[in-house]
Amino acid sequence: MTALFKKNQKIADYKKSLQFAFYCLTHPLDGFWDLTHEKRGSIAVANTILIVTLLARLMRLQFTGFLFLRVYWPEINIILQIGSVLFVLAMWCVGNWALTTLFDGKGRLGQIYVATCYGMLPYPLIQFPLLILSNVVTVDEAEFYMVLSSFSLVWAAVLILFAMAQIHEYKMAKNIGFIIATVFAMLVMVFILLLFFSMISQGVAYFISIVRELLFRV
Amino acid sequence: MKKRFLKTAVCMIAAGVLAVSGTGLTVRAEEGYTYSYDYWGDIQYSPDAYEVVGVYTSADLGLELPLKRPEGLFVKGNSIYVCDTGNNRILELQRTDKDTISYVRSIDGIRGDVEVKEFNSPTDVTITDDGYIYVADMNNCRILKLDMDGNYIMAFTKPTDATFNQEIDFLPAKIAVDTAGRVYCVAKNVNKGLVKFENDGVFSGFVGATPVTYNWTDYVWKKFASKTQRENMEKFTPTEYDNLYMDHEGFIYATITQANQDDIDSGDTDIVKKLNLMGSDILVRNGELYVIGDLYWGNGGGYDGPSLFTDVTAMENDIYFVLDKTRGRVFAYDDQGRMLYGFGGPGNEGGYFRRPVALDHMEHDLLVLDSQDNSITLFTPTQYGQLIFDAIEQFQDGFYDESGASWQEVMNQNNNYDLAYIGIGRSLLRQKKYQEAMDYFKLKYDDDNYSKAFKQYRKQWVEDHIGIIFAVVALLMIVPLAIGRIKRIRWEIDKADIFMNQK
Repeated sequence: MTALFKKNQKIADYKKSLQFAFYCLTHPLDGFWDLTHEKRGSIAVANTILIVTLLARLMRLQFTGFLFLRVYWPEINIILQIGSVLFVLAMWCVGNWALTTLFDGKGRLGQIYVATCYGMLPYPLIQFPLLILSNVVTVDEAEFYMVLSSFSLVWAAVLILFAMAQIHEYKMAKNIGFIIATVFAMLVMVFILLLFFSMISQGVAYFISIVRELLFRV
Repeated sequence: MKKRFLKTAVCMIAAGVLAVSGTGLTVRAEEGYTYSYDYWGDIQYSPDAYEVVGVYTSADLGLELPLKRPEGLFVKGNSIYVCDTGNNRILELQRTDKDTISYVRSIDGIRGDVEVKEFNSPTDVTITDDGYIYVADMNNCRILKLDMDGNYIMAFTKPTDATFNQEIDFLPAKIAVDTAGRVYCVAKNVNKGLVKFENDGVFSGFVGATPVTYNWTDYVWKKFASKTQRENMEKFTPTEYDNLYMDHEGFIYATITQANQDDIDSGDTDIVKKLNLMGSDILVRNGELYVIGDLYWGNGGGYDGPSLFTDVTAMENDIYFVLDKTRGRVFAYDDQGRMLYGFGGPGNEGGYFRRPVALDHMEHDLLVLDSQDNSITLFTPTQYGQLIFDAIEQFQDGFYDESGASWQEVMNQNNNYDLAYIGIGRSLLRQKKYQEAMDYFKLKYDDDNYSKAFKQYRKQWVEDHIGIIFAVVALLMIVPLAIGRIKRIRWEIDKADIFMNQK
């Protein structure tokens, strides 16, 4: 009985925080404050939004009218398509957390993830209807698509900007400064990762050659 | 660029492997000669559009004195005029048969009242409809007008006008003459455009000068550079023309070879132009690719860099051919600036060139002059090439159904030919079969034509379904209204209850 109640409660909570994501779309300041401080966001909903965003990105390739997007299929790698979002997101969260935690940022890693995902909601929300739109317009009306498509990105960017300010309790100037710093942190991480992987592969190659040499001589 | 290089490298390796393994050799060898590009710029080999009728050397033509570095070629009817530059003479040849070209006469000098009676490196010749021969007598610094017997009529010499740089010699290299007898000339070291003379020999200005452009990065660099650095930098000079051709409507096709590689690649410099009387470029460039010949310039066997067009010729159907001296190829473009096909290559075999310099056409046949090989190569369209011409000409003449059928034939022979799909689509569009046309355009990413078809299709669809659309719209309006009404009635009943209870 309690198990069932708990399950119902969970579903109700999920619904509530999903609805709250839509509230955040139009009330970013208020919404993202409550997201962490009132604990109205949830990781489950953040994951949902992320998956839907990824889906929108993939479906875009296949279903957008060819007037707007021509895909050279031999060079499309679905893993890379997904990875290009997930990897950047992961780096963003880690980079942002690593920096802000040193400078009085109140947001925790999980909260940064949740807030960023909530901020991405405009993208699938606009891109899915655009899929249909892109198939019923001509080149003369292409501007509508272009404007809406860029609007989805701008809206998401603005939301993420406000979200970061709210969860870290930063003033806007400091917030923008840290967002720029985060981008640099991401670049540093990419550099270190590349360095790391090339070192590892060199190291592995070294031992392989030693073993080969040994096998050769013994 | 790197990607392109890789692709070419892979192609070459694949070709090499095939050649070594020797399987399917005959088919492969055929495939490499003629090709076109698809929407993505990938090479699609096609059946040959032109085949070699014959390669005519001095011996074949029966010349006592063999050709020496010939530079100019002009075709008038069945007559072929060749500028035998190294021997200072003009040769007249006649095509007497489908595959025979025979020697008619040689114009070795000028008769009549003129001081210098010999040619000195004549580089181009043109025959007008009213029966005059114009010769670009380069090292004598003059353009000669002769009658058909070689009698001197007049000469066009170095302009005395101040706009012409008086310090340099007037070296006319290539000429074209319009129906009114005005002469347009490509002169060496002149970068102001084509030199234009009135029919009485008076210099009347430059035509089609390329505007000098520079980008802002260069501008900023120059601001910071020292004086000597500035002098060493590339100068912003307009480009010189290399060759020209006057088409049947009097428009001048002109080519440029001295252009920056990056500018050619990015489409900043147009190396083929079609000039009108005002000297503005009116060449249509609706193709997905620039009019630059080869897209892949991978260094192979000493051949490197972009296609450099030494000559151009245009047929009556506005299809024009350009001759690439870098790799010895001929490229055909249609009136929309889309590449029909390219063929040829460097080599000694028939259909390959060593140093091609001039190109002209005799109806649908092509003639290419090779100045190192001292030979003329005669091409004639294959059945496949003829089908493409038919399809384009039928469309131009308004026979859309026939054009569609011809394109269908082309497609049967070459499934990878984008223009066939688009051609069929355009024909269907004219026949008001919009939905089918859309399918063809969509396959080959022709957005403009697709939009045209789709606009009509959408209009038709709306007209056909206007009843349903109205019904849906009405429903959308009525349903909320009705719901509101019901709610209101309910509310009034409730209110009435309360009112009654209170009473």
